Amino acid sequence: MPDVAKIVDAKGQSCPMPVLMTAKGIKEIESGQIMLLEATDNGARSDIPAWATQTGNEVVESEEADGVMKFYIRKK
Amino acid sequence: MSSDPDAPDSMTIIAFSGDLDKLWPTFILSSTGAASGMDVTVFFTFWGLFPLVKDDVRITGYDAMTKALAGMNAPGMKKAKLSKLNMGGSGAWMMRKVAEKNKLAPPEDLFEMCQEMGVNLWPCQMTMDLLGIKPDQMVEGLGEPVGAATALQKMAKSDIQLFI
Repeated sequence: MPDVAKIVDAKGQSCPMPVLMTAKGIKEIESGQIMLLEATDNGARSDIPAWATQTGNEVVESEEADGVMKFYIRKK
Repeated sequence: MSSDPDAPDSMTIIAFSGDLDKLWPTFILSSTGAASGMDVTVFFTFWGLFPLVKDDVRITGYDAMTKALAGMNAPGMKKAKLSKLNMGGSGAWMMRKVAEKNKLAPPEDLFEMCQEMGVNLWPCQMTMDLLGIKPDQMVEGLGEPVGAATALQKMAKSDIQLFI
């Protein structure tokens, strides 16, 4: 599991909040650091990778267990 | 399309309707666009201007007809109607309840996110003059009122243009 500089908990939040919280969170870490985003919104499954592609950040790892999605995002 | 390859993607939304169920897509797309690094502008015109009036302003307008229009189309985001099945406001109330139950943020919160994310929020000067909506009756954090040419200039440079 990658080293995480920051954890953003978006569980229970609906679209578009997980993406907005991701965007806000990523501003608080340094380039190259990794942020963990946790979400339960089904839209996040495609939205977080789409956001990453659009912004140039990278989802280095993702997993899903018990309805909770975890995205490890490396800041560009 | 932007001629500068390094310029961020850009989106312009014309917010025309002011209906509650159209405020959601307007604010969801604009906040998400800004969160994705896009240069986002929302141009509020005609009925779209009414949700920008402060909720405690009961009536806008400068004469009998403009006041009557505002009377039948209550200003303020909290009073926004559904585009269909409004049923005297009970439809809008139900939609807000359903949104709350599903953890969908209300338009008021999403509007705040838009401001936080740096979305340009431009009121239409002509509509303000036409319907008698004064700057001090509107919420804080808006851009300067602009006209059609300014909106078009922005749209011409945008990758995405929407009319909601």
